[in-house]
Amino acid sequence: MTSRSSSLPPEGIRRRSLAALYRHVPAQLLILLAPPVGWFGVVYLGSLAILLLSAFWYLNPVTSAVVHDFSLNNFRDLIEDPVNRVIIQRTVTIALAVTATDMLLAFPIAWFMARVASPRVRSLLFMGVLLPLWSNYLVRVFAWRIILAKGGPLDGLLGLAGLQGPGFSDVSTWLVFSYLWLPYMILPIYAGFERIPGSLFEASADLGGRGATTFRRVVLPLVLPAVAAGSIFTFSLTLGDYITPTLVAKNQFLGNVIYVNQGVANNVPFAATFAIVPIGIMAIYLLIARRLGAFDAL
Amino acid sequence: MAISPFPDHPAETGPRPATTAARGSAVRLESVVKRFGDVAAVAGIDLDVANGEFFSMLGPSGSGKTTTLRMIAGFELPTSGRILLEGEDVSNKAPFERDVNTVFQDYALFPHMNVGENVAYGLVIRKVPSAERRERVADALRMVRLEGFDKRRPSQLSGGQRQRVALARALVNRPRVLLLDEPLGALDLKLREEMQIELKAIQHAVGITFIYVTHDQEEALTMSDRIAVFNLGRIEQVGSPAEVYERPATEFVAGFVGTSNLLRGEIAERVFGTAGTFTVRPEKIRMAEPGATVAADEIGVDGQIREVVYLGSDTRYHVALGAGSELVVTQQNLVTSSMEALAAEGRPTRLIWKRIHSLPISS
Repeated sequence: MTSRSSSLPPEGIRRRSLAALYRHVPAQLLILLAPPVGWFGVVYLGSLAILLLSAFWYLNPVTSAVVHDFSLNNFRDLIEDPVNRVIIQRTVTIALAVTATDMLLAFPIAWFMARVASPRVRSLLFMGVLLPLWSNYLVRVFAWRIILAKGGPLDGLLGLAGLQGPGFSDVSTWLVFSYLWLPYMILPIYAGFERIPGSLFEASADLGGRGATTFRRVVLPLVLPAVAAGSIFTFSLTLGDYITPTLVAKNQFLGNVIYVNQGVANNVPFAATFAIVPIGIMAIYLLIARRLGAFDAL
Repeated sequence: MAISPFPDHPAETGPRPATTAARGSAVRLESVVKRFGDVAAVAGIDLDVANGEFFSMLGPSGSGKTTTLRMIAGFELPTSGRILLEGEDVSNKAPFERDVNTVFQDYALFPHMNVGENVAYGLVIRKVPSAERRERVADALRMVRLEGFDKRRPSQLSGGQRQRVALARALVNRPRVLLLDEPLGALDLKLREEMQIELKAIQHAVGITFIYVTHDQEEALTMSDRIAVFNLGRIEQVGSPAEVYERPATEFVAGFVGTSNLLRGEIAERVFGTAGTFTVRPEKIRMAEPGATVAADEIGVDGQIREVVYLGSDTRYHVALGAGSELVVTQQNLVTSSMEALAAEGRPTRLIWKRIHSLPISS
């Protein structure tokens, strides 16, 4: 007995309080989660609440000072000005195009990584996918600015075929966004393929399924949640970005408008109103994604 | 093949073996080799499985039995040799071009489909009309005693139920040959024994050739019409359960199927009068008092009981024969109590068995 108790730490206030904590699970959780929950509640949700609130404020037309008063004027301006509708439409179209492009590109790459490549080749590909994320986002967009510039490398290359590059346009925005967010699509789809047991492919072939049948009936339904998960990244990141359109586009995008209103025009209430648009679109998108089971794959 | 030194004793070989020629060959392997890199997983196998037969491929892990099964299914292609399915060469055909179906070790049920959709999968692909499809799925589920489970998801089933769904999904296609890859491996002992009986009954009812891979010798002995014992990518022996058990062709078979009880060298010479390796099954040996009389058709050898292991219905005795040799003897505890059995340790004894039960084997 004595030899047994001697292996325990000495009896004392420290040991007794730790023992009490061990028995009291809610107290453990409180200590563990209080800092992140506090941060999340105050800094993140708090600022979001102020954003929503300030969307109903307005500027004094004479002094340009923010009037902390309830008004729906911003929302009326937002809906009535056809320019805003065009901008929203353009942004959503590009976001959808980027998502579709990244799906098409990521699918074969993720498939190859998960099911074909040897472990060595797989880690090389992982490096290749992740490496761009190590360099600064701005640097990468600027690199595209150089590539896309008039008389730049892309123009030169396409010129050989008698074509002309997209210059700074909606097409170039689509190109650059597709490049930027591709890793965020590849990784979830890769994980999705990885999770399918190999025997399912064999079982499908065994039951008479050719490659295309197996893909349509077994593979696609099983990776669809992963694809939806990846599309949340590509879609939402495109929707909110203002740097890429500023650098490689002529037209305005949602992010630009918010940025300009907030930073240049100093109309913070209208910027807040505009910011509700992507939040609303994302809410709808996430609802659809949830129906497709995207959150089971995250 | 089994060396039969006592051909005047056919009773020991069991009721079968019907010749494959008479019933037609379902699967035929001709010098099949499969290499993975430098490793020959299957190093030249010839095999003939008859129509309607319950054929087991038995062996330890890495013996090539699963690779052989996968080559018959088409998941692996042989490096050399031919695979014939009812006479048709399918060596290089894809799995979906072969009229065989597989029950996988991990069941491989499609998690996004319910039980009914899983079972119907092969029929949907073969474009069987929906009325017939429904009927066949219902029949298949009834056969595995899962009627009314159509709408359940695989995740809502127990291991034994998943096993049955996998079986129904394969059988519903009415393949020429059903391949089973250690299908009972993941089940607990009780369920496994139940499923063994059920599998055998189902095979009897549908009359489809079953090729069954297992590392469990008891399972193979219980269910099979014939057994092929695999070792190191080769087949050591093919025969009925009785043949394989009673007349092991090689030392490996003697050891893998049942307990290895080998007599060789000096002891073999002393007991049998000739050099060589002999085997005798533990339950064939009778333990008698030292000096007991040995009949003309019997063999007697003296030894000392070194260890006694009480197993409930039986007791296992390890008897030292001198010169480093030892025999294992199992005796049913018909009248012996555990106390009596255990008290025998250390006592001298005379082991007696019928001459016909000790067979020479090739090592």
